[in-house]
Order: sequence, then C-alpha cells, then structure tokens
Amino acid sequence: MANNNKDRRDFMGMALGGFTALGGVGALYAMKCTWDVLPSVKTAGFTTLNMKDYKENELVVEKWRGKPIFVLKQSPEMVEKLKKEKPDDLKRLIKVGNGYYTVCIGLCTHLGCIPGFRPETSDFLCACHGGQYDVTAQVTKAPPPRGLDVPPFKIEGEKLVLGEEGPEYKKMLEDGITIQA
Amino acid sequence: MAHFDENVRPFSNEWLNERLAIDKLKCVLSTEYWIPKNINFLWAMGMVLAATFALLLISGIFLLMYYQPTTELAFDSVNYTIMSEVQYGWLWRHIHGVGASVVFLIIYIHMFTGIYYGSYKRGREIIWLSGMLLFVLFSAEAFSGYMLPWGQMSYWAGMVITNLFSGGSLHANALVEWIRGDYVPGQAFLSRFFMLHVLLVPLAIIGVIVLHFGALRIPHVNNQDGEIFDFDESAELYKAGKIKESKVIPFKPVFLSKDIFVIGVYFILFFYLVFYHFEFAMDPVNFDPADSLKTPTHIYPEWYFLWSYEVLRPFSTDTGLVAFGFAQVIFFLLPFLDRSPNVAPASRRGLFKYWFWALLIDMIMLTFMGKLPPEGIWSTIGFVAASIFIALWVAFPIITATEKKL
Ligand code: FES
Repeated sequence: MANNNKDRRDFMGMALGGFTALGGVGALYAMKCTWDVLPSVKTAGFTTLNMKDYKENELVVEKWRGKPIFVLKQSPEMVEKLKKEKPDDLKRLIKVGNGYYTVCIGLCTHLGCIPGFRPETSDFLCACHGGQYDVTAQVTKAPPPRGLDVPPFKIEGEKLVLGEEGPEYKKMLEDGITIQA
Repeated sequence: MAHFDENVRPFSNEWLNERLAIDKLKCVLSTEYWIPKNINFLWAMGMVLAATFALLLISGIFLLMYYQPTTELAFDSVNYTIMSEVQYGWLWRHIHGVGASVVFLIIYIHMFTGIYYGSYKRGREIIWLSGMLLFVLFSAEAFSGYMLPWGQMSYWAGMVITNLFSGGSLHANALVEWIRGDYVPGQAFLSRFFMLHVLLVPLAIIGVIVLHFGALRIPHVNNQDGEIFDFDESAELYKAGKIKESKVIPFKPVFLSKDIFVIGVYFILFFYLVFYHFEFAMDPVNFDPADSLKTPTHIYPEWYFLWSYEVLRPFSTDTGLVAFGFAQVIFFLLPFLDRSPNVAPASRRGLFKYWFWALLIDMIMLTFMGKLPPEGIWSTIGFVAASIFIALWVAFPIITATEKKL
C-alpha cells in the first residue's frame, strides 16, 4: 500500500515536472519572439540610392537602417591607379553604369565609431583609436580588423537598392571581400 | 489551532505577536543578530550601500514621473522638463546622477575590504558570490540608466557595448540586432532598456540584496583579525551582562549606532557633491542630443567601467573580448582560487599582501589609462597594465598555495 502510494506520487511528480518543463520552454520561446525585431522595422530596412547623383571624389553620407552609409564615386584616374597598385582593392568597388563607387557602412569595424574622409589624402581616419582605411575603405592601419563592411545591395539600372542581396553582393561575400552586415 | 487571547486589544504588541511573531522577528533581525566587536568603519559600507540604493530608488521614482521614454522626447524631458520646469527636478536628477556614480565607489571599497580581510573565504562563499552578482546587476542598472537621457554618449555607448555581443570574429550581428530590436539603437532599444532600468533589474537587485543579507546570517560577519569564535557562547555572555568578556554586540541598537554615524558622515559628503559638484557625474558629451550620423571623437565609459574597458582595448578584437570576459568573471572565482587556509588580513598573509596591493594599484592604473586616448605611451602602459591584471590572476592560486598556516 505504502509502495503503491509512492508510485503514484512519483508519477504525479513526473507528470507535473514534464508539463512544467513544456510550459517553461513555451514561455521562453514566446519571450524570445516578443523581444525580436518588429516586422515594421524590418520592412523599413531598404534604401534606394540614385547613383547618377554623386560627384567624383566627394563623400556623401546616406542613411540605411539608421547607419551611416559612405558613398564615394571614384574618378577614372583613381580607378587606373588602383588597377596598378592595389588590384585586390578594386574588387571592393561597386560598378554601376560606367562609374565605380565605394559604398560601405560608415562604422569602424573596430568599435563602431564613424571614420572621417580626408579628401587631401583620399583616405579615411577613425579618430577614436587611430584606425585608417584607404579610398576603397580597406583597412590600412590597425586596430580595425578589416575594411569597412559593404551593405547588402542590388544593382537596378542606375540605382542601388540597399538591403537586398543581388548577385554582385553575393560574389563579394564569397570572395571574402566583406562579411554579412 | 494556535492560542489567541480574546481580551487582547487589536494592534497591541501582544495582538501582533500572536499573529506575526514580531518579537521573535526583532530578535532574529536586530536585537539578537550578533556582530563581532572587532570591526572597523569599513564594515559599515554595506549599510552605506543600502542607504545609497534607497536614495537612488526614491530619486528615480520622482524622475520617472516626468521622463519620456521616446527617442524624440527623452532628451528634452530630462534636460528641459526635469531640469528647468519641474520644481526641484534638478535635485532628483543630481541625487540620481551622483548616487549612480558614488554607489560604485562604495561597492569597490566594500569589495576590496572583503578581499583584504579574506571575508570571501570558508563558509562565506555565498556572500561573496551574491555580492558579485549584485555588482553585475548594478552594472546593468547603470548602463541601462545611462542610455535614457538619449544624449550622444548614451547613443554611442549603447552602440559600442551592444556591438561587443557580436563576439568579434563570430560576427553574430543577428544577436546584436536582436538585443537592440533594431539595426541600430532606436526606439525599440530605448523602450526595452527603460523597462530593464526601472523594473526588471531593480527587482532582481532587491531579490539578491535579500539573499546577500540572508547569506550573512549563518556564517556571521568576519572581523578584523579573521578570528573564529563561537557566536552562541559569546552571545550568552553578552546576555548574561558580561559585556566586556563577550566578543559580540547586538546589531541593534549597539552596532547600528556606529553604522548610522558612518552613514551620517557619508551623507554630508554625498550631499556636498549633489549640491556643489554634481558635474563630476555628468559627461559633457551627453548634453548633445543623440546623433546617429556623428560620433564623439573619443568614446569612453563612466569611470567605474574604465578598468574593464582598458582590459579590452589594447588587444586585437578577439583577444580583447576574451580578456574582457575574463575580467568580468574572474572575481566570482576568488573564493575557489584562493588555496590558502588562512582567514586573516592581507598584512599577515605573506605574498598575498603584495598581490592585493598590486591588484589594487593595477586596477587604478587601468582606470586612468581607460580614460586617456589610446595613443603612444598611454596605449603601451595600458597594454602592460592589462597584461599584469591577467598575470596576477594566473599567479593567484600559486601564491596562495605557498602560504603557511598561521
Ligand atoms: S573605433 Fe575606429 S579605431 Fe577604434
């Protein structure tokens, strides 16, 4: 009898434990989802840039997903120079129509400050800890571990849609030119 | 059924005793809560902290009535409404701001007192662990509160600190976005940190404070000599009127009078800061409204996080993160890394004495370097100090293992 009773209690204990665990997992899942990024924030995460508007050697700061985006149209001389000196960096540029553009997220890959463009030397300097980037936003001086990240983009004629992943962007990812931002 | 006297007047002592056992409660919590005689003013820091926490809570409630947790209104609700429109709004803000800064100074003193006298050892491990947990919770509380005025430092500190969760080369950007609820610190970020700051974290803090106090009741508080004696025996002596021979005193009223004296002196200093030097707790950069397209030239945290920030900074990203993580958890392990059998002040413990002062000086060093721009000689000193910090902890178990029993 006593034994019998114990078995019953064990069963109840296990049943209760099981349901509690199930409910706990469910509640945690709901909590995680509630904390997720809202769909409205996600759908607003696209920006279209009209590449014809940019002038050579003039840095323009756009905004995409609240982050600063650097857009810098390269002059043909600069492209020639890069071809000779740093052919690898050329892959970091985005070709839209006939122009070559540096397009990247203007947040230092070190700790996230905004580097400044220096037209005299055609490079970027992050004043926070002295990181430097060349004209294609490739890192030239540590502490930043890599060049500025290229946002996902899709080329549509003369336009660039940020937030969508076109084939050119996927190629960049494959080549290890940028990481998924 | 328990015995209830019919003739007793409602709310009289007897009446309450029958229902709430208040006399017994008083004994347990105060009049027969025994404190060793041999402790100095540093032991009052716990009560000083409790008092500061109360001030933060009260001032926070008054700020909460006018603060607006939206990205458009937050800055003005603090810097205009509270500061110039609300009568005495400045007072609550200054108490809150100064309190938030000073509370860390007291926490550090409290912590290092514990380390110096070996109060984290044998039997008191839970006190140490719950105390460290409180330190982490206070850090979360301070950080989430720092976001709320939505100034430039709020925004960029939020950006940098949440970026740490990408784990360096792991590039866990999805995790960072999940924490923020947006791609960058925005409305979702502000609202959830507001919730954390005014509800969840304070609730957790109060819970852990109860645990911290409870953990103290059984192993009892340590003393200046680390002397182990029988509290019950000593208590009997005290109760028998042999106060001189007894090694203990009751918390209330005897010890409390000393605590309150220390708190009194502390409050004079505290309110001197509130009324005359509140600016030390306010970063000038945070008086510019948040701007996602402009960074302050030099981003640094409040002074109390500088040492751990400086452990992160001089290394490359991944090493830095590992070192940073190390600095966050290592203090938790203190009772288990200490291999010496002695509970005694550092001055009597051999090599540990040097270790203690080296750690303290190194952390002060790190604090200074964390504030200075990381250039030239400063970054070298920062690197050396960060390496020493890690080396000290690696050497700690070895140093304490060689210690002879006193
Ligand atoms: S954030 Fe740019 S160098 Fe550190």
